[in-house]
Amino acid sequence: MREIAHEAITEAVAGLSVEANRYLPEDLARALREARQAEEWESARALLDILIENEQVARREEMPICQDTGMAVVFADVGQEVHIDGDFEAAVNEGVRRGYVGGLLRKSIVGDPLRRVNTGDNTPALIHTRLVPGDRLRLTVAPKGFGSENMSRVAMLPPARGVEGVKDFVLETVRLAGANPCPPMVLGIGIGSDFEGVAGLAKRALIQSVDEVNPDPYYAALEKELLEEINRTGIGPQGFGGRTTCLGLHILAAPTHIASLPVAVNVGCHVTRHRTVTL
Amino acid sequence: MREITAPLTDETARSLRAGEQVLLSGTVYTARDAAHLRMLDCLREGRELPFDVRGQVIYYAGPTPTPAGRAVGAIGPTTSVRMDGATPTLLREGLKGMIGKGQRSAAVVEAMRECGAVYFAAVGGAAALMARCVTACEVIAWDDLGAESVKRLTLDRLPLVVAIDCEGRSAFEDGQRAYLEYMMEDKQQQHE
Repeated sequence: MREIAHEAITEAVAGLSVEANRYLPEDLARALREARQAEEWESARALLDILIENEQVARREEMPICQDTGMAVVFADVGQEVHIDGDFEAAVNEGVRRGYVGGLLRKSIVGDPLRRVNTGDNTPALIHTRLVPGDRLRLTVAPKGFGSENMSRVAMLPPARGVEGVKDFVLETVRLAGANPCPPMVLGIGIGSDFEGVAGLAKRALIQSVDEVNPDPYYAALEKELLEEINRTGIGPQGFGGRTTCLGLHILAAPTHIASLPVAVNVGCHVTRHRTVTL
Repeated sequence: MREITAPLTDETARSLRAGEQVLLSGTVYTARDAAHLRMLDCLREGRELPFDVRGQVIYYAGPTPTPAGRAVGAIGPTTSVRMDGATPTLLREGLKGMIGKGQRSAAVVEAMRECGAVYFAAVGGAAALMARCVTACEVIAWDDLGAESVKRLTLDRLPLVVAIDCEGRSAFEDGQRAYLEYMMEDKQQQHE
């Protein structure tokens, strides 16, 4: 058994919360610059220049990239040889509290969805824990903005709709989202599993590096086709027209029931943040 | 680029055209979902609004906390469509402009035409950069709402696009159509 102190978890989560909000993942920053090069439409190029400059200003001035510093979504892969001294979830939430209060991030969480009183410290985090082999603890903090989250959708398609049904649903989701989620977007697509599982797949797909290629050639081809299709819609940066509607997308597929073809699209913006550390 | 000042005169609001880029200075007020609900309550119950909306511009925004030595934290627009239920009422009370991101409902566009109001888009997600255009930020109402409180902002040349003008023309529709037409022409020329 390897011992990990709850204080180490708190410190890690606090640091990741602040850093994720200030420093855009390098792969996404690169994708923005490449999209700027590929963009032919003048007004779209001007908007992409602003987004690139903003990312650099945030890094330099230690400011959040976006004012929506998100709900703190935390992924924890816990090695089964790890023993945590103390309450794991309390340690994560204390980290979120310290990061969001000390790091001057916005507190965007209400304690109850209907009575809506702000918790004042951005807790609780949304924690997804997985038990994995080994003696390490891998923590990812993915602050999720809700302008884009609101545009996300789930469908339980009949199996007969097949891959065409999935493509139609993804394209329809992008068109319905339009200018709202701060395009250029990043998409996480889940296919298979069950109602709750497919949304979880989409969320995990969203925090993969945008330049990562799907190891399954079938899905790699589908990702490429969907990305090209989306970048022909004309929505463009901020919805004012152009090629650059989507910077990247990933598909995660999982076994499902003979009666269903679940599909989920988790919409992210050009500030799809995530930062990981292994303890 | 044209420079304008808030509050807006009726003449200025009516002179702006969809797609036009402007630099906005002067005083605007932030209000998001919860503040809009409370403003509707005020009007329903005959109480005063936290500020007189006549001629004013509302910025749909909730900045991050202000760091020491700065005027404001990161600040950019939130999705406007969530405020659409309250907007026609505020426009009829005299609101002249809104700053946000994304499309608006048909009912909002209709009320904008009726009242001669304008809807601006700020660049969503460019919040560190746009903080430079805010020189003062003060909570004026509903501090209990935290990020959603009503704040008075002083702007210095904030870059905006006229997204929907007082005649109901949309820079989203016009921009996307123009780009798609350009792509079609480009393809046809490649064929020829």
